[in-house]
Amino acid sequence: MDYVNAIVLLLNYIFVPALSYGSQLALGAIFVSLIYGILRFAYFTAGDLMSFGTMFTILFTWYFQSLGISLGVLPTALLAIPFGIIITILYVLAKDKLVFSYYRMKKSPPVMLAMVSIGTMFVTQAIVRIVIGPFDRRFFDGEKFILKANEFKEMTGLNEGLTIKSTQVITLLVTIIVVSILFWFLNKTKTGKSMRAYSDNEDLALLSGIDPKKVVMITWLIAAVLATIGGTLYGLDKSFKPFTYFNNMLPIFAAAIVGGIGNPFGAFLGGYVIAFSEILLTYAYRKFFIYILPESLEPDGLLQLLSTDYKFAVSFSILVVVLLFRPSGIFKGKII
Amino acid sequence: MREYRDVILAYSIMLGLIILVGFLQSWSIALSILCFCLISAVMTMGANIQWGYAGLINFGIMGYTALGGLAAVLVSAPPVKEAWQVGGMQMIFCALIIAAMVFSVRFILKKFQKSNNRNYGIAFVIIVGLIFLRLISSPAIESIEAVSPATTGFLGGMGLPIVFSWIVGAFFAGALAYVIGKIALGLRADYLAIATLLISEIVIAVIKHEDWLARGVKNVIGLKRPVPYEIDLQSTQWFIDLVARFNQKSLNLITDTLEKEQFLKQLVIEGSTVFVKLCYAGLFTIVVIILLIITQKALYSPWGRMMRAIRDNEEAANAMGKNVVKQHLLIFVLGSAVVGIAGAMMVTYDGLFTPGSYRPMRYTFLIWVMVIIGGSGNNFGSILGGFAVWFLWIEAAPAALFLINFFTSGLADTNAFKIHLINSIPYFRLLMMGIALLLVMRYRPKGILPEKIKHV
Repeated sequence: MDYVNAIVLLLNYIFVPALSYGSQLALGAIFVSLIYGILRFAYFTAGDLMSFGTMFTILFTWYFQSLGISLGVLPTALLAIPFGIIITILYVLAKDKLVFSYYRMKKSPPVMLAMVSIGTMFVTQAIVRIVIGPFDRRFFDGEKFILKANEFKEMTGLNEGLTIKSTQVITLLVTIIVVSILFWFLNKTKTGKSMRAYSDNEDLALLSGIDPKKVVMITWLIAAVLATIGGTLYGLDKSFKPFTYFNNMLPIFAAAIVGGIGNPFGAFLGGYVIAFSEILLTYAYRKFFIYILPESLEPDGLLQLLSTDYKFAVSFSILVVVLLFRPSGIFKGKII
Repeated sequence: MREYRDVILAYSIMLGLIILVGFLQSWSIALSILCFCLISAVMTMGANIQWGYAGLINFGIMGYTALGGLAAVLVSAPPVKEAWQVGGMQMIFCALIIAAMVFSVRFILKKFQKSNNRNYGIAFVIIVGLIFLRLISSPAIESIEAVSPATTGFLGGMGLPIVFSWIVGAFFAGALAYVIGKIALGLRADYLAIATLLISEIVIAVIKHEDWLARGVKNVIGLKRPVPYEIDLQSTQWFIDLVARFNQKSLNLITDTLEKEQFLKQLVIEGSTVFVKLCYAGLFTIVVIILLIITQKALYSPWGRMMRAIRDNEEAANAMGKNVVKQHLLIFVLGSAVVGIAGAMMVTYDGLFTPGSYRPMRYTFLIWVMVIIGGSGNNFGSILGGFAVWFLWIEAAPAALFLINFFTSGLADTNAFKIHLINSIPYFRLLMMGIALLLVMRYRPKGILPEKIKHV
């Protein structure tokens, strides 16, 4: 029996990867949830907006690299993010002006707006594929590992190694910073409070003199910022491929609904719920039980609840269960 | 006649465009566009039944299409005897366990009051069932997949003519829709959209990774056709005579017998592909016409009026004593079954089943673009949408190439920008689809052929 090794094993293969993947999902889920709460429709362009922002970040990264600018041990992409954000903001605002504002004025039903967002999804996807192509791209540079498995083993004398990639730490730190600023903004500032009021009760908010144009604009701003940051972090950690980003829309929606759609904090936690359950249910626990059980009880199967092929299916099944038993989400969002 | 003026006009334009492709590109291309247009039309009719008649959003079209395709494999592939011997009994036993689980859950739901204990009981039944399933199925699956994995490695089908699968596909899709409808139909519209989208992804994941069922991503190829094969046609006398008669004039111009024979052979090879596609187009047209007659009758029947009433005002319909929940479930099942037919038709046409090719962009969102552009609530409109959008989807690439060449004619052929644009031609179709959808939704929100309601 060797509890320390068992814990390190779980940390290495479950906790650390799930934490970073969860943060990336959470950033996406927060803005989907915000758009649902304030603009009141399901924003199907979510995944592609993330790939749009990431694409421009990558283009700026390449530009900086060609100029010889770098951040040393940190990836150059961090320097490029602000520029990517600016272009994404311009894009979403233009999209709102050209497409969405018309339906908002007409007070179209949410379904109509969701359909329109499918139209913009097609367009955004086309733009990304035409500009940068559909291929897999890596744009990470700088120091890759903070802690290597071998170093950890030497340091502690354990059998199991612990690997921490620098992208994982960056993801976590950036998420903590961005999310704390966001929640401070939503809870403490006047604009943030007016946004929450608008989300709660539109008519009452309008009566009390809240400017709907400003609320809508700031929602789009936040969406663009979160999409670019979340997308870039995902791309740094794994790689950038437009199709994967489109597919990520699905767990993002799952996270937003599981957390209670329209409730940003729920969506934030929902991201982690989805990420952890995906990884927990598809991890093969054989080695873990070898460590914690006495030798006589050693398992012979892989002890895997589901094969890794069903990774995506896990999050959707959770969603179905939540929809069945608690349709307003675990952390209670809008009543539907 | 007057009320159908728009319909006739739109359909003639559409047919004219396809014939134009026949003259400008080739008849083979034109006919395969026509076949896929017909398949798309069946899909849009299915989606239209749900969205246009009842206002239900179903973003799970991909899942039903794939199930229809699976039906085609299970019906027409020859059975793999060895696989049945090594693992068939266990798989049947697993099916029985699943049935037992379903019945015991239903029994618990009926027999006991709503309580925590009931939930625990259901959870217990499901977990125990899953453990048994896992224990019994995993050795069986392993041995089934080990039976000559390069060619079979699955249980195979029933070896029946593939046309039967069109009906079986409808039943498969309908059964899935029944389960999904039971779970998700109570949800608000956009929730339903997301839930169905995600459930269809689960369906695809299962089909992709359960190799014993239909070989998963290893694909099933060489499914039997309902129409003759080109190779057989080329050696059939009546077909050669037919081609010769069609091309009498040009054949008579050639005097040399050897040259004449060569030319005839060339014509027969070309003619055979066109003939096969014509056969498919004929079969598909029959399906579309039958469905169109049924759906038109349904739309203007008392039942159709009730569906419209439910769509336009659920509460009022409910107050009039109509069972909204039951009707929603019914129409969800019917629409999905139609989509299932289309899925089976598509696999029949391709002759192969490739689970990896089922992607939401192509099989869910594109179909929705067709429904919206064509005109929801109008069967003629949705068929037209299927035709027009599929035509645009295929012909977008040549059109984009033409436009790019036109606008960059000032640039040299080696210009990096021009090369980049020409390389990304396949993605212009996404752009065109998106813009077409946005324009139609803005300026003609009811579609090209809007819904017409006869007032009595």
